Amino acid sequence: MRKGNRWLPVLFWTLISFLTLFPIYWLFVISVKPAVELFSTPSVILTDVYWQNYLDVLGDRTLRGYMVNSLVISTGNAVLCTLLGFMACYALSRFDLPGKESIFFWTITNRMAPPAVFLLPLFLLLTQVYRIGEFSLADTRTGMILVYCTFNLPFAIWTLRPTLDGIPKELDEAAYVDGASAWKVISEVVFPLARPGLAVTLILTWVFAWNEYLLAATLTNFNARTLTTGLSEYVTTTGTEWGIMAAISVFTLIPALIIFSLVQRHIVAGLTFGAVKG
Amino acid sequence: MHSKTLGWALLAPTLILLFFFGVVPFIYVLFVSFHQWNPFAVNPDMIFNWAENYRRVVFDAQFLASLGVTVAFVFFAVVSELIIGYALAQAFMRDFPGKAFFRTIHTLPLIMAPIIVGSIWKLMTTPSIGILPNILDDWFGFNLNIGQSALQAFTVTVIMDIWHWTPLVTLSLIAALVSLPPDPFEQAQIDGANKRQIFWHITLPMIRPAIIATVFIRLMDALRTVDEVLMLTGGGPGSATRYLGVHIFKEVFPRTNYGYGSAISVVVLYLTIVACWLLYVSLIAPRNTKKG
Repeated sequence: MRKGNRWLPVLFWTLISFLTLFPIYWLFVISVKPAVELFSTPSVILTDVYWQNYLDVLGDRTLRGYMVNSLVISTGNAVLCTLLGFMACYALSRFDLPGKESIFFWTITNRMAPPAVFLLPLFLLLTQVYRIGEFSLADTRTGMILVYCTFNLPFAIWTLRPTLDGIPKELDEAAYVDGASAWKVISEVVFPLARPGLAVTLILTWVFAWNEYLLAATLTNFNARTLTTGLSEYVTTTGTEWGIMAAISVFTLIPALIIFSLVQRHIVAGLTFGAVKG
Repeated sequence: MHSKTLGWALLAPTLILLFFFGVVPFIYVLFVSFHQWNPFAVNPDMIFNWAENYRRVVFDAQFLASLGVTVAFVFFAVVSELIIGYALAQAFMRDFPGKAFFRTIHTLPLIMAPIIVGSIWKLMTTPSIGILPNILDDWFGFNLNIGQSALQAFTVTVIMDIWHWTPLVTLSLIAALVSLPPDPFEQAQIDGANKRQIFWHITLPMIRPAIIATVFIRLMDALRTVDEVLMLTGGGPGSATRYLGVHIFKEVFPRTNYGYGSAISVVVLYLTIVACWLLYVSLIAPRNTKKG
């Protein structure tokens, strides 16, 4: 590596980190101020901390419902996508299926389209077409779990494919020779070996689903609304409840941050998968 | 042992799911786009009206204005991210105390929900409560009001995008720079090449695939930016930051003119594909012909 002053980069990166962190810090400052103090001259230094905004959010039944919805939808979607992605990648990696590489590429095209383009058709399909008698997928958690698969399932497949290709085929062939069933081979040989890749996929799909806003905002009315859509409800023409909005933002941020700090290394690897391949 | 039936069975749920939520919406939107359909109008039936909706899109001044600002936004955001991201990736190539720590902090914005990024920047820039307008006014006497100035609103959305997505570029380019072999650089130094020559003739050609892949990802993502901008400016002031996604969100739903909305969706999808294809042809194809 290059030589040079060791502390100059530290100074430089401290400055960059300040630029990165300050907006997040400001969000926190706004969230712990009472409404009356917000409009006096903004000060960067926190003098006293006021937790009422957080208590208001937790005390709000509607927002608690949104939180539960967010949890159920992102967990359900992450589990579903990881499971289906695992099955699909096993099929793509181990079976000699005609056109499988085309299928593999086709899956990612579902993620390429701008989501705004699919708002209207998905809305129309969910409310008018995909229904059996009284039962409709519109504004249900199940509906949102399935809709989120359009962007998360391709991602899961593309992240898991290298993992499964990396597990030697000889291992499952040896197990087959020993008379194991396909189910046994998948669950007892391949699954345990794929566990690290599966964990990263599960976590990233969870974060993507947790962060999603546009589809949730248009495809749900009340029953399946998520925490991110709750945010925009506090921006109204008559005025914005800044403190509450900031507190909801912090609540939305925390789970992603915790998960991020746990698996930081793997996330970096996962996010660069497209670049490394190209 | 390796029956194809089992393979298809394992693949089937994925194919069915993506078919119903990925392919069917596309076919459906194509179908609706050739009809006049407003379920809440006097005549709520679907009426086939040939390419009338498409004719309207092409001459729709609002849509064309939206297309214009989107192109400007994508251009400024992606180019800035590439330059800053490359500089930061290079800065990470040397060893210094706390490198892993600083990289973690730099990666933070990536994991944040776009809608949260939008609300953070709204809290930063709203004149009454934001810190930026106050500081700029106190120190430079500059009046920042993104609710009134179109140029300022546009600039802030670009800065917000840079803040959010530069880390992705940095990470991708670090991955590329780390994997470069040291020999050509040593040889160039022996031959007396200066830093600028090394950059243009060695570094840049070698990390070109990584740059193209990164630009691709960023281009697709920047074209679909909605949440942040919707939260920060709501597309305003006027239509200064009404990028295509925001335009569809604000125009199509409230109007309930589903036929016309579908036509806009198809056109935007088509333009995205064309943009990516043009980029692919202009950046990747010439390299291949040179090789051949």
